[in-house]
Amino acid sequence: MAMTDEHDALAAPASVDVLEGDAGDFFALLKPRVMSLVVFTALVGLLMAPGEIHPVLGFIAILSIAVGAGASGALNMWYDADIDILMGRTAKRPIPAGRISADTTLAFGMFLSVFSVATLGLLVNWLSAGLLAFTIFFYAVVYTMWLKRSTPQNIVIGGAAGAFPPIIGWACVTNSISLESIVLFAIIFLWTPAHFWALALFKSEDYGRAGIPMLPNVAGERTTKHQIVLYAVLTALCGVVPTVMGFAGMVYGVFAAILGAVFVWYAVQVWRMPDGDSKMVPAKKMFAYSLVYLFCIFTALMVGALVTKFTGMAV
Amino acid sequence: MNQTDLTEKQKKARRSRNVALGIVLAVLAVMFYVVTIIKIGPGIFDRVM
Repeated sequence: MAMTDEHDALAAPASVDVLEGDAGDFFALLKPRVMSLVVFTALVGLLMAPGEIHPVLGFIAILSIAVGAGASGALNMWYDADIDILMGRTAKRPIPAGRISADTTLAFGMFLSVFSVATLGLLVNWLSAGLLAFTIFFYAVVYTMWLKRSTPQNIVIGGAAGAFPPIIGWACVTNSISLESIVLFAIIFLWTPAHFWALALFKSEDYGRAGIPMLPNVAGERTTKHQIVLYAVLTALCGVVPTVMGFAGMVYGVFAAILGAVFVWYAVQVWRMPDGDSKMVPAKKMFAYSLVYLFCIFTALMVGALVTKFTGMAV
Repeated sequence: MNQTDLTEKQKKARRSRNVALGIVLAVLAVMFYVVTIIKIGPGIFDRVM
């Protein structure tokens, strides 16, 4: 596979007319699906944090975090336009499709980054704003510009960017970082490699064409499958830590243990899949379940925290 | 001065962007007004003239 650590701005469509792009295209630059995960996990961090925040300020905090995440998505699309055009999954994005220019996207992403951080700082607190600024920097610069094209561990380290939102949500309420919020971070951080490598297995041709050194393309399917099982086990173990630490109840603990066991089971199915399997059904199932897993874990944490807040019972 | 004639598709896209921008600006104005009331409250009138 030809690896790329060069950013080729000329490979993206040049001199496209911004006038072709409508509001929906600008919204697409924000990566709304990724944003929905960010909003959800940040909301859970905000609701689980001890203390109170005015509901309107809480809403603005989540909105700012969402816009900041969207801004980093736009900066990612600006930088990656040269490789997005080579992959079926990303070729229809606004820049490679020629509906919005790369320059406009850069300006859009930069403006939203500054605006979201400033809003969060002025209206909520500057610790959460600083964390949001660091998250945008980590995703747009550390992950997109550096790690993504240079190492097969790209999404392991880069996954930190996607794991920060609950810490930011927590900091919005408490103006601090605590061990509990770091555990929420760790669940997403450990979940990311298993989730992305399942996708990378059945999209390896796409990544290979674009020269992205994803683990299956560089180290092979077998190594990737070992790593998926390893990270699935770590994720499942981390999923029950909130109960062990006492900030989630036994009901959550049992629920998380079952979800984690199923996550590991799916990982083992991927591990048992013969190398060179063209359909990759277990990998596709693992990818789909990984989304269900994270959603259910964070929903359970949120429900548990709300029940505890309103009734005093730990569930 | 050269004037570019927009196609129907470009005009439609521009209208869409304008409407979205208008909505965003209106929401921001309301949002900052509400937050000012929440953060400062009745104290907004208690200032030295």
